[in-house]
Order: sequence, then structure tokens, then C-alpha cells
Amino acid sequence: MTSDHAPAFVAKRTGLVRFISTYGQEVVIAGAIIALFVLVSLVSPRFLSANNLNTIISGNAYIAVAAIGMSMIIITGHIDVSVGALIGVLATISGTLATAGYPVWIAWTLPILIGVGINAIVGALVAYGRIPSIVVTLGMLSILRGGLVSITGGAWINDLPPDFHLAQQRLLDIPVPIWFMVVLTLGAFMWMRHTAFGRSLFAIGGNIEAARAAGIPVERRVVQVFMIHGAFAGLATVLFATQLRVIQSTVPPNLELTIITAAVIGGVSILGGTGTVIGSTLAAILFSAIGSAMIFINVSPYWLRAVIGVLILITVLVDIARRVREQRSAKR
Amino acid sequence: MSALLQLSRVSKSFAGIRVLKDVDFDVRPGEVHALMGENGAGKSTLIKIISGVHTPDEGGIIRIGDTQHKALSSRAAARAGIATVYQELLLFPELSVAENVFLGHAPRTRLGTLDWSLMRRQARQLLDSLDSHDLDVDAKVGTLSVANRQRVEIAKALSQNARVLIMDEPTAALADADVRRLMIVVKRLRERGVGIVYVSHKLPEVFEIADRVTVLRDGALIGTHPIAEVTEQSLVAMMVGRDIAQLFPKPVPNIGDVILRVKGLCFGDRVRDISFDLRRGEILGIAGLVGSGRTEMALTIFGITPATAGSIELDGRVISISSPRQARDLGIAYVPEDRGLQGLVRPMSIAQNVSMASLHRVTNGLFMRFAEEIRLAVDAIARLGIRARGPEQVVGQLSGGNQQKVVLGKWLATNPRILIMDEPTRGIDVGAKSEIHALMGKLAQEGMAIVMISSELPEVLGMADRVLVMNGGTSVATIGRAEASPETVGAAMTLATRSLEVAQ
Repeated sequence: MTSDHAPAFVAKRTGLVRFISTYGQEVVIAGAIIALFVLVSLVSPRFLSANNLNTIISGNAYIAVAAIGMSMIIITGHIDVSVGALIGVLATISGTLATAGYPVWIAWTLPILIGVGINAIVGALVAYGRIPSIVVTLGMLSILRGGLVSITGGAWINDLPPDFHLAQQRLLDIPVPIWFMVVLTLGAFMWMRHTAFGRSLFAIGGNIEAARAAGIPVERRVVQVFMIHGAFAGLATVLFATQLRVIQSTVPPNLELTIITAAVIGGVSILGGTGTVIGSTLAAILFSAIGSAMIFINVSPYWLRAVIGVLILITVLVDIARRVREQRSAKR
Repeated sequence: MSALLQLSRVSKSFAGIRVLKDVDFDVRPGEVHALMGENGAGKSTLIKIISGVHTPDEGGIIRIGDTQHKALSSRAAARAGIATVYQELLLFPELSVAENVFLGHAPRTRLGTLDWSLMRRQARQLLDSLDSHDLDVDAKVGTLSVANRQRVEIAKALSQNARVLIMDEPTAALADADVRRLMIVVKRLRERGVGIVYVSHKLPEVFEIADRVTVLRDGALIGTHPIAEVTEQSLVAMMVGRDIAQLFPKPVPNIGDVILRVKGLCFGDRVRDISFDLRRGEILGIAGLVGSGRTEMALTIFGITPATAGSIELDGRVISISSPRQARDLGIAYVPEDRGLQGLVRPMSIAQNVSMASLHRVTNGLFMRFAEEIRLAVDAIARLGIRARGPEQVVGQLSGGNQQKVVLGKWLATNPRILIMDEPTRGIDVGAKSEIHALMGKLAQEGMAIVMISSELPEVLGMADRVLVMNGGTSVATIGRAEASPETVGAAMTLATRSLEVAQ
């Protein structure tokens, strides 16, 4: 209860301490990836071959790209459980366009625009219809998945033109998906950190009423972030649809959960307001690395989901423990 | 007459700050013992020690009947017959009246299942004994009025054979007619031999109902007296301890032209036909009971709940405000009543909170200018005396007073011309409080027009140049600084409630 007016800076923290306290989760995951690489390469040196590293990272790049948009959605305090179904629909549209003879650049870009359009509707229902995002996206999940199966009859798309396979190409000897992942992750990270737009998303997720009272156009921002997320889903689709010779209309089951999980393990608080998109990309790489490591050390890859499940629970518990500690340390 | 409950030399510290210092307090059977003091005087801490929520520091003794305790657990307090009716009622809205009354100690049948008919019958008897024949034991509590919910709370306390009943500002949210019914209930409980600790700010009530009164100030016991031995003046003097003029050092105001003119402002039926003028350099105090529409009026002017009728003029020009963004861009700022709800983003740093309403000022076209943002925060920290490690400290870690200063800093960073402050010093310590008061005086002197909503009469009387009194959603009186007194403002606050209810 002293009343000195001078700002009392108790201690200046060093840059390193501040870096770790801000990016703790990212540092932990990067450490986990390195530890995994070191440990598994002791058992099986081939694990570290350039070929295997490329496979590990580029195979899951589409998950990392989709998780960027998902991280933004969760930071804003929302969730999207329909993104897996959306990627399935967009991939089918992309493949259909390609086999119908449209130029490949149309087959690549039109799904992105459609993703933006569909998510504009979702965002408008959430922001202006005041329906919780989990409800809207659950509905969208059923519509997209049901519609897709009904229209395609579950058929796969074959006979894709050879120049369609963007994800199989390399630039400067590095697979295109890795370029996508790195450039989009860093770009989104800078965007979230260095623009007023990004700041407003953190504010909305941290305390929507305070954000609104501060003059942030909350509804408009929510629609916009859903549209951006739709664009990332479209970009992820380009990587997903062009990496194999066929497009399965049944996308990897639980794809949306894998994407949400990457965001959460990457340090995006499921309660909104905190996190970065770098963490989610690292988490996507970690999943892929764990899956690959299991093959190398002869563990059934079916355990992958269980391992990821354990990681989710640990991450969420740590997040909640951290919040409780912060609330306790807040003196009355 | 031996006491039901006796506290001797009880103290309590939070994080090294003593909020209660060597307090003696006792409750006798069949008495109403009023507990008074300003916000932050230690009343809540004291009643929480009695009800077992807080553990007192070493050294004090709590005597119940013949047994002595160093501290009470909430379970031990309940066993000893100590029950509390809190300000924020702790009931379950989806359960019925009878279920709420007997929650946790419902009568059982021989098979161990709930004995519903006995439960309903006993709930009926309890409510009848409280003169509440009109209250249906099967009604969902969520559908009841505040006054009825309070009766359910009292019945719940009695169902546990309460011998000491603590009532924490029971009339704060009640209309006049309900206050009178409550008085009857309290007198009835006293006749039954229940000892009642009655926490209230309202002098007329205390004089009507209390047998003794204890005053706390800054955590210390100022005195316990039979009600006949004190007067309103002596009670206020005991509570405030200083002259109001000394407590609120107010610079000579420098009042200019009318900047804001509100005419016939309405929002639904919660804000009804409010008109007032606000001048440059003026502090307009808004007084009124909880639920009188003060906050609702502020939210309407600030565009959170846009006006449904009436007009607002800024500098003589009619404007319409339909969002907080618009209000902000017009130079209006609102420091909310609940800083957790509408003020702060707790996981963010001081700098990020301070810049939140001025993001356009700290960006160059597209990108944030972090240096500019930090400069805003450093300015706020220096100007408001925010005690923090630095501009990058997370606001969730700050004390209440410093959090309030961050919210204030956020709005001052927008360079507002009109500042609306809703309960600017609620729940913060005495030191931070007087700093905020000093700052308000200075801002007004520099020409800012300030609207200050406060439930603390001394604050309103001490700070305001004029007092607008609200009641039932509308303005009932405007009182100049010279005429404003606890009597004139208090009378206007409680007056005319009945006629308004009839009108509804």
C-alpha cells in the first residue's frame, strides 16, 4: 500500500528468459522432435536420412497448413470441427476439375476460393447468428461429409493429369509441401504478431466483452478469421489432393481432430487468447515423426493415436495448471 | 446475557497485508448487531472468518458457547449454527425452492431415498414462519425475484437450525417494499433468539433494526456501541474517520461549456427518459441503488446497448451512437464496473491492454509499431503509478488496484474528452483509491468531462460537482455540490420507488 508514483520495475528479465516464457511450448516441442530424432537414429541410423526426413515433413505438411488456420480460429475463442470434411470436399472438387480437363491452376485455386466462401457462411452464422461455432461446424461437418458421399458414391478419383501433382514437385531440391508449410507458417506468425488484425484476434479470444468495449469490430473479425481459415483449408487441400496418384473421397478419418490436436499441442490454449502458429506446425511435424519412428522401431503405428491422445491430455493439463497458478499469483 | 459467538483479537493478512487488526466482536442471542464500515474496511473478511471461509492469523480466539477455537472450518461453523446470506445469492436456479432449502441435508425416508413430501412440508413451514405464504415451494428458484430468492436463502439457513445468521448487505438489491418485508422477517428471527450480524451501508435501516453497532475502519475496530448511544453524524464520523473534505482532496473545479447533452435517453424499460448536461471540467456523480439503472445508462451512452429513444448531443451536434467503436471515435471512454468482464484481457501484457483501444494509433498502415506501444504503456505506468515489473508484465498478475489503473490507462490513451467511470474504486485498496481520486480531480481540472457512477456515498459527495440521482431507471434529482449531503442524496435514492412500481 505504498504510494510512490514512480513505476517500480522490480527486475528486467533477460531476453532469453522472456523468450522461453513466451514461446515455452514451441521450445518444448522442438526439443521433443530433436530428442526423438536422436534417440531413434541411435536404434536405426536410416531414420535420419534426407529421404526419410523429407517424407516425414512433407507428408504431414498439409496438416500443418490447415492447423495454421485452426490455430487462428482457436486463438479467437472458436473451434471448427468441419475442416476435415471441408478438405475432403475441396479435394474432390479439385480432382474433378483436373480430370475434366480444366487447367491445373484452376484445379488448384478454385478450391481455395470455395473454402473461403463456405467458411464465410460459417463465420457469419457464428458472428451474426450468435450460434456457438461448435454447433455450426458440427452441422457443416454433416452437410459436407454427407453430401460428398452421396454425390461421389465413395468413388476415388484416378487418371489425374501428371502436371496436377504439385506436392510431388521440388523447388531447389526441397519438396514443394515443405516450402508451403514454412512460408505460410512464418507469414502467419508475423501476421498474427505484427498486425493490429492479429492482435485483435488475441483480444477477442482473451475477453470478447473487453475487445468489443475497446472498439474492436468483433463480428467482422470473426467472419474474417473464418474466411482466412477457409483459405488455409484450401491451401492444405492443394497439398493433400496432389500428393498421391488418387484422391480418396474418404479423407483420412479424424482429420479435423488431428488438426485441432496439432494446434492444441502446439500451445494454443483451447480456452482462447494465447498461442502461436509456429507451435502447431512443430506439433504436426512431431506427429509425423512419432509415426515414422514407430515404424523404425517396430511398434505398431496404430499406437500413434494413443500417444497423441496422451500428449493432448498432458498439454491441456499443463495449460490449465498454468492458468490456475496465474490466478493464484494475482494478488487481490 | 452470554454471547453466542465471541471473537477476541482476531487478525487476518493477505499476502502480507493486514486487512483485519486485533478485532473483538460478539453476537448475543436475540439481537441484531450491525456491522458497518466503508468498502475495504474489513467487514467481508470478518464475516468470512466467522463463517469459516477464511482462516484468521495466529493469536485470535473464537469462542462459541463454551468452546474455544483458533479458527473455524466452514463445516465447523455450520455445525455451530452459523449461517450466512451472501450478497450474491448462492442458489441453484434450476432447482425448486424446497430442493434449494434442503440442499445437502434433505430429509430421508427409511430406505435412504429423499423424502419429498416431508421436504416440501418442512419448506412450507419454514417459509410460512417467514411470512412468505405466497412463495411456492415447487417453483424453480431461477424464476423468483431477488427478494424471494433472499427469503429462500434465509429459509435455507433456518433449516440448518441457524443460531447466528450473517446477512451481507441484504437490502442492496431490494426495492423499498421488499426492504420493509425483510425488516419484518429480521425482527421475527430476533424474537426467536437468533443472533443476527447485519452488514449494511444504509443508516436508516441500521437505526430502525439494530440493537448494537460495530464500526470497522481500515481493518481496525473503531468501536461497538448500543444503537441508542450513536447518531447518524457520529456513525459517519466513525466510519470515515476524517472529514469528507480531507478524504477527497478536490482541486478547485474549472467548469466550462456544455459538451454532452442527453435528452430523453431510453433503453427498453431499464433506462427511462434520462436527461442531463455535462460540462467540460466537471465531475458529474451518478448516485442510486443497485438496479437503479446507472450502469445501464452508461452502457447506452457508450453504445454497448444502443439507445432505443432519445437524443445525445456532442458539442451541440446531435449524434447517434450504436457501437462502442463509434463512442470511442467520438472521444468517449468507459471504464467499466467489472474490470474482469469488460475491462481487461488477462493473458495479455500491460502494454497490449493499454494499446487495445488505440490500435490504430500504434500501427503504421499495416504493421504494429511496438516501440510506440511500449511508450504508451510506459506513459500509463508513470502517469497512473502502476506498480508492475514493466510494460510486458501480464495483467492477470497485478493487484486489483493496479488492474483498475491499467483499464484507466487504456482509455486515457485514447485521449478522451468524456470519461465515464463506473465504480472506479470498487474493491481496491485505500492507497490506490486516493490515487485514482487525485487523478480524477486532475483530469477534470485539465478540462476532461467525467461521469462517475458510485455506490459509495462519501465518494460521490467528495468528488462530484453535481450529483444526478437515479431511481428505477430514471433520473429523479440533480443536486449541486453545495446542497448534496447524505440526507438529500440518500432520500432521493430511496424515494418514489413505490410509485414507479405501480407504474410498471
